Amino acid sequence: MSSELFYQPLARLAALLDGGQISSVELMTAVIARTRAVEDRVQAFNSRDEPGALAQAGESDRRRAEGRARGPLDGIPVGIKDVIAVSGQPLTASSRMLEHFVSPYDATVTRRLKEAGAICWGRLNLDEFAMGSSTENSAFRTTSNPWDLTRVPGGSSGGSAAAVAAGEAVVALGSDTGGSIRQPSALCNVVGLKPTYGLVSRYGLIAFASSLDQIGPFARTVEDAAILLGAIAGHDPLDSTSFQAEIPDYRRGLGERMGPWKLGIAREYFSDGLDPEVGAAVQAAIDHYRRLGCEIREISLPHTKYAVGAYYIIATAECSSNLARYDGVRYGHRSAEAADALDLYFRTRAEGFGAEVKRRVILGTYVLSSGYHDAYYLRAQKVRTLIRNDFLKAYREVDAILTPTSPTPAFKKGEKSADPLAMYLNDIYTIGVNLAGLPGVSVPCGFTRSGLPMGLQVIGQPFREADLLAIAHAYERDHEWNGRHPGL
Amino acid sequence: MTYEAVIGLEVHVQVRTESKMFSRVAAGYGFPPNTLTDPVVLALPGALPVMNRAALDQVIITGLMLGCEIAQVCRWDRKNYFYPDSPKNYQISQYDHPICTGGSVEIELPGPARNVMGEHRRIPITRIHLEEDVGKLNHHGAESLVDFNRAGTPLMEIVSEPALRSADEAFAYLTALRTIIVYGGVSDCDMEKGQLRCDANISIRPAGAPGLGTKVELKNLNSISFVRDGIAHEVRRQVSVVQAGGTVTQETRDYDGQTGVSQSLRTKEEAHDYRYFPDPDLMPVRVGEDWKNRLRAACPEPPFDKQRRFQEQHKLPYTITSVLVPDLSLANFFEEAARLGARPQSAANWIVNDLLRELGAAKLGLSESKVRPAHIAALVGLVDSGRISGQAAKDVFAEMFRTGEEPGTVVERKGLGAGADPGELERWCREAIAANPKSAAEFKAGKDSAINAFKGPVMRAARGRADPGMVDSTLRTLLT
Repeated sequence: MSSELFYQPLARLAALLDGGQISSVELMTAVIARTRAVEDRVQAFNSRDEPGALAQAGESDRRRAEGRARGPLDGIPVGIKDVIAVSGQPLTASSRMLEHFVSPYDATVTRRLKEAGAICWGRLNLDEFAMGSSTENSAFRTTSNPWDLTRVPGGSSGGSAAAVAAGEAVVALGSDTGGSIRQPSALCNVVGLKPTYGLVSRYGLIAFASSLDQIGPFARTVEDAAILLGAIAGHDPLDSTSFQAEIPDYRRGLGERMGPWKLGIAREYFSDGLDPEVGAAVQAAIDHYRRLGCEIREISLPHTKYAVGAYYIIATAECSSNLARYDGVRYGHRSAEAADALDLYFRTRAEGFGAEVKRRVILGTYVLSSGYHDAYYLRAQKVRTLIRNDFLKAYREVDAILTPTSPTPAFKKGEKSADPLAMYLNDIYTIGVNLAGLPGVSVPCGFTRSGLPMGLQVIGQPFREADLLAIAHAYERDHEWNGRHPGL
Repeated sequence: MTYEAVIGLEVHVQVRTESKMFSRVAAGYGFPPNTLTDPVVLALPGALPVMNRAALDQVIITGLMLGCEIAQVCRWDRKNYFYPDSPKNYQISQYDHPICTGGSVEIELPGPARNVMGEHRRIPITRIHLEEDVGKLNHHGAESLVDFNRAGTPLMEIVSEPALRSADEAFAYLTALRTIIVYGGVSDCDMEKGQLRCDANISIRPAGAPGLGTKVELKNLNSISFVRDGIAHEVRRQVSVVQAGGTVTQETRDYDGQTGVSQSLRTKEEAHDYRYFPDPDLMPVRVGEDWKNRLRAACPEPPFDKQRRFQEQHKLPYTITSVLVPDLSLANFFEEAARLGARPQSAANWIVNDLLRELGAAKLGLSESKVRPAHIAALVGLVDSGRISGQAAKDVFAEMFRTGEEPGTVVERKGLGAGADPGELERWCREAIAANPKSAAEFKAGKDSAINAFKGPVMRAARGRADPGMVDSTLRTLLT
């Protein structure tokens, strides 16, 4: 592994802090310097709070000196996707609509991170309202892939993946509605976990599609993801959809015992659009698991081909309602031109939302309309049940499922932005996990000949993140992909 | 041709709870604008609703009192429409799975005279569902300001079947429904505070004909008498339209209770498409038998059942029960006095005639009354045992209403007791007999009415506070 402080994994930094070899202020200073050096090229952040971060680092050092350190996250610089509320910080969703909005409250995950001593030091770019797979839909900036600045970092949490990959944050939070954590993780050579729906509170997460959204960690290693997940998971009385689950120490199972896991391979996830290099890398990972003694089984997820269609009906239906609150009345952008209340809505929303958001709001409004509701929305919900049943049936035979995370490595900026459907197909391997409410993790699984990262997706069983992380870790510890860093 | 009206009412009632329907912020009325708000009420980015179980309790209590079927699972839907008083631009409501279905409201129609009970009927209910109230718009010239204090207040909607046939029936329905809801402690139903609001669906058809005519929805009926007047006005309007050869248009009309006229708000073509769908932020909540049974035990006796029981068990006349029963605290006040041993009819008379008159004159509520049920019970006991006269009792009542003293204490302090000092009464009687030997002789000779000659002087000596029965019996003892 590289020796620079800003590239160290969280677990190692926590050990250095605990051992007194480094201070949080040193670490924060290194991360700030690194960010200043690369950010004009990476463009991961919408905003940063350097003085606040250094002050918090100082407080963290005092806590450690007094023996009151709060655990491995105390004093660690964390990046937060700009769709999760941090009290007193901007909360823009990378949208003109919320360009000047400052959140007066903390999301539950933010509160938990602060209680763990973490330093929420910057707001990370995304596709506007988390709608997209490239971060090109941001109203403010297009984040670059640190491995190739002419390419996208993936999305919608592209800023989170790029910041962790470029050494601008030790770990980061993102949100995943159809692949928005896992796909950018794969494209940027980091670990990204989408937890089981209901494991992590959504209170304070700007809603895109409420029944699919889930907050999760970006990290350099599976162990780091386990630490961050442990800090944010658990029931929250402010979120009715959060589950009353016992939260284990996700680190404990890592590296201890390898199976014998039964791992499923679904033919439907190795389809025509799969890049041959990605296919080969995933196949190599599968072979590795076999060598580790895992039983590899062919399984079938027959309704996979309907997943993208069902997803774009359910997600857009929910978003058309969730985004109705951005109306110019109480906060956010308000058109200066409006003649009356109706005109205020039209102009505010026409000016405040970008093209992709409008496309989805219009589509969602349409599929919920009287006369179309049953044919689209209700049918999509039925498809969703079938897709979930496919997975639950598979889990009678296997412990987890291995797939590519993304069909291709990072694509060029602008390459797909004119073709929404091509963009939507980026999520073909990740969407089913959201529809079924399952946990999924993307771990780095190699590089293309041209040097672009690729990701392996491991899909787990509901609320069995500990097993999922142990399986991912078994692959990770035998490979050095995450020891490589972009040549920025 | 004669026509009959077909009327259904949609009644919105703010449910009384500590906090709002989906957030922890307090529910209340009369606070400075936008002080009862939080991220959830203002629909800030990222805020999520969490159901207030107390509000669901209140609706289930209402449903149980009205004999509704209570759903086993409480589900939430989003009703999507844009309006500046709606912070999310959708309202969380219950669309195709209301928490209560069926049931009925027992109503009493006007009787032939004030003191004669009218006919009772049961008006079937379609459904009761729970939702959240919206904020309030205040218009100031070209500006409109929004106060979100009311937004998110739990609101239940009670929808009747189109089973009402007149404005009087609608009035009776609303009165009975309000009494039941207040009984259940579900709401104060103060229409001035907007705690109860009513819309009416009205159509007409040839008397006795099957089927339904084109309906008009009448909005903003914001007092119970406006409901009666507005409906009567709308029925007359529809009849005159039809009689003039026209047809009734399906529309929503706004009734102005001050001027007594209505005007069209929107027609059917402009009706909203609310794009209902299940709210993904709120999980369905199972309403188990234990939950229902706990609430069933908390339901009070329905008002008309209580009225019948008062008539049968306590032998109270209709006119008295129709004063006591609509006010649960008054009915309880009466029953407490009766439980403490007061003869029920006397206690009811004191409460309905004297106590309410004095409270009204002093502009006090029952809860502020210094006279408590125990006072009434003691007072009735003093009168019934002959210790004080009816006239003295009035004085005792006035005194205890003013001071809150026990009636026995008042009697002693003011020397009002007829039998308080039998020796004194006997002395007055002896003096009266001694002063009028002629009448004494006549009485002894058998002229019974001669005894009356002594009573005036005795009562004068007693300054009117002697019990006439005691005076009579004392005189007879001394004369024989």
